[in-house]
Amino acid sequence: MTALAAPLAERGPTDWTSTEMTQRIARRYRAERNFRRLGLLALLVAASFLAFLLFTIVRDGWTGFQRSEARLEVVFDPAVLGVDPAAVGRAGGDRLLATADYPALLLATAAQLGPAADTLSDAAWLDLRETLQADPTLLGQRATIWVPVRSSIDLLAKGKFDLSAPSDSRGVSDEEVADWRWLERENRLRTGFNGAFISGADSTEPELAGIGGAALGSLFTLAITIAIAFPLGVLSAVWLEEFAPRGWLADVIELSINNLAAVPSIIFGLLGLAFFLNIAGLPRSSPLVGGITLALMIMPVIVIAARVAIKSVPPSIRDAALGIGASPLQVVFHHVLPLALPGIMTGTIIGIARALGETAPLLLIGMRAFVTDVPQGVTQSATVLPMQVFLWSDDVQRGFVEKTSAAILILLVILIAMNSLAIYLRNRFERRW
Amino acid sequence: MRLLIALLLVLGLAGLAFLAGRARGERMAVAAAGGNSRLGTIHSRPVHHGAYVALLALAPALIVLAGWSLIGDRFVEGQLIGTLAPAEQPASRNDRQALMNEVRGLVSGDLPTAFNPLAARLAPAYAAASANADLLAGALAVALLCAGGLWGYSRLRPDFRARNRVERLVRAVLLLTSVVAILTTFGIVLSLIFESIRFFRLVSPVEFLTGLQWSPQTALRADQVGASGAFGAVPLFWGTIFIGAIIAMAVAIPLGLLSAIYLTQYADPRLRRWLKPMLELLAGVPTVVYGFFAALTVAPLVRSLAVALGMTDASSDSALAAGLVMGIMIVPFVSSMADDALTAVPSSMRDGSLAMGATMSETVKKVMVPAALPGIVGGVLLAVSRAIGETMIVVMAAGLAANLTANPFSSVTTVTTQIVALLTGDQEFDSAKTLSAFALGLVLFIMTLILNIYALAVVKRYREAYE
Amino acid sequence: MNPNPAQNPAIGHNQQPKMTARGVNVFYGQKQAIKNVSIDVSSDHVTAFIGPSGCGKSTFLRCLNRMNDTVDSARVEGDIALDGQDIYAPQMDVVQLRARVGMVFQKPNPFPKSIYENVAYGPRLHGLARSKAEMDAIVESALRRAGLWDEVKDRLSESGTAMSGGQQQRLCIARAIAVDPEVILMDEPCSALDPIATARIEELIDELRGRYAIVIVTHNMQQAARVSQKTAFFHLGSLVEYDDTSTIFTNPRETRTKDYITGRYG
Repeated sequence: MTALAAPLAERGPTDWTSTEMTQRIARRYRAERNFRRLGLLALLVAASFLAFLLFTIVRDGWTGFQRSEARLEVVFDPAVLGVDPAAVGRAGGDRLLATADYPALLLATAAQLGPAADTLSDAAWLDLRETLQADPTLLGQRATIWVPVRSSIDLLAKGKFDLSAPSDSRGVSDEEVADWRWLERENRLRTGFNGAFISGADSTEPELAGIGGAALGSLFTLAITIAIAFPLGVLSAVWLEEFAPRGWLADVIELSINNLAAVPSIIFGLLGLAFFLNIAGLPRSSPLVGGITLALMIMPVIVIAARVAIKSVPPSIRDAALGIGASPLQVVFHHVLPLALPGIMTGTIIGIARALGETAPLLLIGMRAFVTDVPQGVTQSATVLPMQVFLWSDDVQRGFVEKTSAAILILLVILIAMNSLAIYLRNRFERRW
Repeated sequence: MRLLIALLLVLGLAGLAFLAGRARGERMAVAAAGGNSRLGTIHSRPVHHGAYVALLALAPALIVLAGWSLIGDRFVEGQLIGTLAPAEQPASRNDRQALMNEVRGLVSGDLPTAFNPLAARLAPAYAAASANADLLAGALAVALLCAGGLWGYSRLRPDFRARNRVERLVRAVLLLTSVVAILTTFGIVLSLIFESIRFFRLVSPVEFLTGLQWSPQTALRADQVGASGAFGAVPLFWGTIFIGAIIAMAVAIPLGLLSAIYLTQYADPRLRRWLKPMLELLAGVPTVVYGFFAALTVAPLVRSLAVALGMTDASSDSALAAGLVMGIMIVPFVSSMADDALTAVPSSMRDGSLAMGATMSETVKKVMVPAALPGIVGGVLLAVSRAIGETMIVVMAAGLAANLTANPFSSVTTVTTQIVALLTGDQEFDSAKTLSAFALGLVLFIMTLILNIYALAVVKRYREAYE
Repeated sequence: MNPNPAQNPAIGHNQQPKMTARGVNVFYGQKQAIKNVSIDVSSDHVTAFIGPSGCGKSTFLRCLNRMNDTVDSARVEGDIALDGQDIYAPQMDVVQLRARVGMVFQKPNPFPKSIYENVAYGPRLHGLARSKAEMDAIVESALRRAGLWDEVKDRLSESGTAMSGGQQQRLCIARAIAVDPEVILMDEPCSALDPIATARIEELIDELRGRYAIVIVTHNMQQAARVSQKTAFFHLGSLVEYDDTSTIFTNPRETRTKDYITGRYG
């Protein structure tokens, strides 16, 4: 044996203190440090990208929650409004106030803004109507009202233009700059919280556009999605984990679920278009179809999470319940499901968050419709938050950039809250058996 | 609305059936026990008897109502159109739909007046017919409910195995919920194949799969440029692979893999506890946000870079901008797959290498990564499948021009971009342009399906190897 | 009953101990796993660590080549020296140390590479071969010493994980030998093997004796009696008794040792 091992024996013991060896080890340690730095660098690149993304969106978006308004001294002149003051107090007076000629009043009043008379938003007369409807005694009286200005003036007031640039490349005309300067000088301009942005629906004018309609559309859509996907997902997970006999059926179902989980979302949009719209004839652009489509999309996510959660409940608990005479169904519904619930909830929240952020399939079933009303029900045309982001980002008007970013901010806050809740639930209730 | 009332009525009656069944069960229990409460004389508990009766009552009624809500309106519609003289009948599906929409609008009061006099004429007839039909369906449902409930009630005996029957039914319901996944898959496959076949009747599959020209716009006038419409999808496939599988992966694989290595091997556990959820949050950002960022921020940067490099025809919707952002989007996915794969390598292997005097980086490069390679490759394939199916980033940041180019600064288009472009806006049903979207969808579905099945098999085999 | 090993180390009989440990304490977080252990390991002997499971023998073994460094919560106190050099000193290079103090683990852990690559891994890391021929020679001699050469010489390119458990463990020994270490630590090397493979490994250990200082942890007392010349008995993290194997097994000083040897507990 030793004779055969001669080559190694001849080599003699390794001299670890030789220069060659010391240098080699130093080199290896350098490589080690560099590799470690490389890993950290990769993480930092990903993190700084996220930081950069958030930074640009916050920078562009926070002003989206504000809007500029001009001060008007309004005299609610019944003659201009075309309203008989005597008739207002009687029955049907409300209707009279609602249909009065406010645009004419606005036109007459805007003259006091002098050169800047045309800076008011097209829909500024709505604020006049709102004021009068809220307090009919103002009829014939004088009142100070703040009304929204056009988007270009709004952006000037927020400092979004580089005024030192030559006038043909800065995106705003000299006349508009002059109007804005006049309003500022006359102290007729203020910038405040934009309530219409939170409560209103889409509009062609950036200063009037809001995300309330889209938010409600998202709410309707998600309600449908949850109502379908949660019971279906949990119950099919129960069947697969607890009752499915080993065989082709369970295999096919499992294969379907695993693949559905990885099918591109846009394919679900094609399914929605071909099946729910064209064959089943459900209403286009509606939260109903959107909700069903998204439910099919996130059901696999819920099934997979629920199966993992159910699987992690130890068999001893099932045995204990079976041992005192519970039926298999009672075991599942009394013991296994309650114990698996935190895991199921985590998966469900992640699935819902995905549905909330999803746009592509909804594009194909027509939820990109321009909807200027807050939706009233699940069968009416509606849009959803991410779709609103997409639509506004497509708009050439500069005023929509801050609206887009502001809408993204709201979407991100909701999503981060949901994901954090999921992560918290997972960590809080993660149980080792 | 009328159906909703019927549904509430049916549910209410089923509730009564439950109470009746339970009450009878309780009476039987009291009678059988005869004062002493012992188990065994009655097979099922009163609540099971109640549930049994209620389910027998509810199931047929619900089936009738569900069926009617799906087909009822079409049935009425068919009857109504049938009453029209042949000359008045709408010519196409679209016309018919428009007419019926108007009729429904008139009936519900959403439309104050009719544009089409035919609709005005049909409205009262429609209202009457649909009210009659709904009433009929409701009556049928209630009748079935009563019959089912009474039959169930009559079967209750002390030794009747109500619990077993109820449970068998619940298990059947569980099975049905699982079958929804299969139905969804079938629905996808069928709708894609059905529409694709219609497309391939108009355009040969060979041209579609091998043609180098893509211009789906069918012109209004015959003498317009590209009037014929060309459906060679190769430039789309190339664009998809170029953005999703080449540029995005060139970003995502190194970043994701190195992050995973750092997180699993080097990072302090406390740091890891913070960084991992951060990466997961990055994965939760909606793609439309990435798309907005790509289009508004990254694309202009890439374009100025191209101009600085001396490219005069730099595109503002370059493949590079879309690919870069998509790569960043995929990083958390690649990282978490690589993380799983690396953690699955037995620690004895790591210890074995460290005990030989290897540094950590040598251990990672020469032992851990090779050992985890199948898992990592599987994860990367899943990431590729996700990238080529990703829609919003490319819709917002990539172009519509179907170029066959390898220059990352020029514009290419992808399968998903084209699907969206073809199916949004004005749709002409049955035109080759609209149908081609489904053919593209079919190709995308098959591509991702193959990638997923293969990748999942690789990952599964890999996990089993170390278990 | 309780000889304080710190003041009265149980020193081996040979003149130059290869490794010396003095007053070693190991903590995992708040828990103390090793209590004040002092021991010498000589080059001429096979030293066996025995004791009931959880007694700390493996933990102590892992201190000898600083494998405990890879456990974040582990903390080692006391002095451990290799040829008089403190291995926990800042100037001691852990990479070099582990090349000099090789280790064989409880479960065979060949890398998922070819047999050749498994053995060549260490020499390649440390740059021990200047040419392909030299590497071939190192691999061959390591495999020969591990008694594996004749079984695998025709399939050196096959995966190391495709072999039987006993062969895998001998491959791991060959892998450790290939860097020509001074000490080989074996952590229950036969616990995952069948009796025939175990016998083969024990023969191998006997053949390697004298060339390397060998420390073997085992819970199998017969094995300790068969392969070792020195035996240390650990209990609850303390070194109870350290002496010639024959003494430990025939005439132990401590009652605890005697109880363990005779099977009262453990």
